[in-house]
Amino acid sequence: MAKGILRAKAKAKGGNTVVKIMAKHAMETGNRKDKSGEKIPAKYIQTLSVVHKGKMVMESNMGSATSKNPYMAFTFVGGAKGDELQMTWMENTGSTATETAKIK
Amino acid sequence: MINRRSVLKAVFTGGLVAGLGVLMPRIAMAAWSKAAFGAESQEIAMGALYEANPQASADVTLKAPDIAENGAVVPISVKSSLSGVTSIAIFVANNPQPLASQFTIPEGTLANVSCRIRMGKTSDVTAVVTTASGSFSASKEVKVTIGGCGG
Repeated sequence: MAKGILRAKAKAKGGNTVVKIMAKHAMETGNRKDKSGEKIPAKYIQTLSVVHKGKMVMESNMGSATSKNPYMAFTFVGGAKGDELQMTWMENTGSTATETAKIK
Repeated sequence: MINRRSVLKAVFTGGLVAGLGVLMPRIAMAAWSKAAFGAESQEIAMGALYEANPQASADVTLKAPDIAENGAVVPISVKSSLSGVTSIAIFVANNPQPLASQFTIPEGTLANVSCRIRMGKTSDVTAVVTTASGSFSASKEVKVTIGGCGG
């Protein structure tokens, strides 16, 4: 995928790395109805995992109650400027992609 | 000089890294619990994730707004001073599916996460932190003026 849906900012500070990720996604719950009263099928990101140097640093499971354009922030110990983070997301429809971001 | 051994070694390491990359998302997929996320009441969702009901604890800090003007985007952050935290989950009692998010915290990641959730109406928001010695929770009522779960 050339252009991903994730926007990530990772910053190394004092031995820790602060990661902020926002995914551009509608996160359709399956509860919403369209104009004709039909339910819009659910389509949302189920899992988002972040890997740093082959080690999982965060794994997030999301349900339908996660907001549209989901955002998350966390901190992990270690990580240096220039390191690469691999972020893998998967939708409930099964589509999946891996995107990368560099620590600044 | 490139000899047979070094080529073999390079191929093997490359294969291992690629293999890891393939394996990682598989593990992540397995962790998503349908029973918990699809549950329509908080008790069922908690029952699917935890053996015992979480105990309220002062070591879990839940930061949420008192009044959320827009239920579609409610910022939540959860922090805990407990050691050995393995996961953090956020529940919204009055939502159609109460379990909003669950974070797996591997060793080396701090027990401090922020995210944004959706709320259908005014509800108690509960954060549950799991450690080796059990699960602990904190909750807070968030008033919602405009719901965010469709309708």
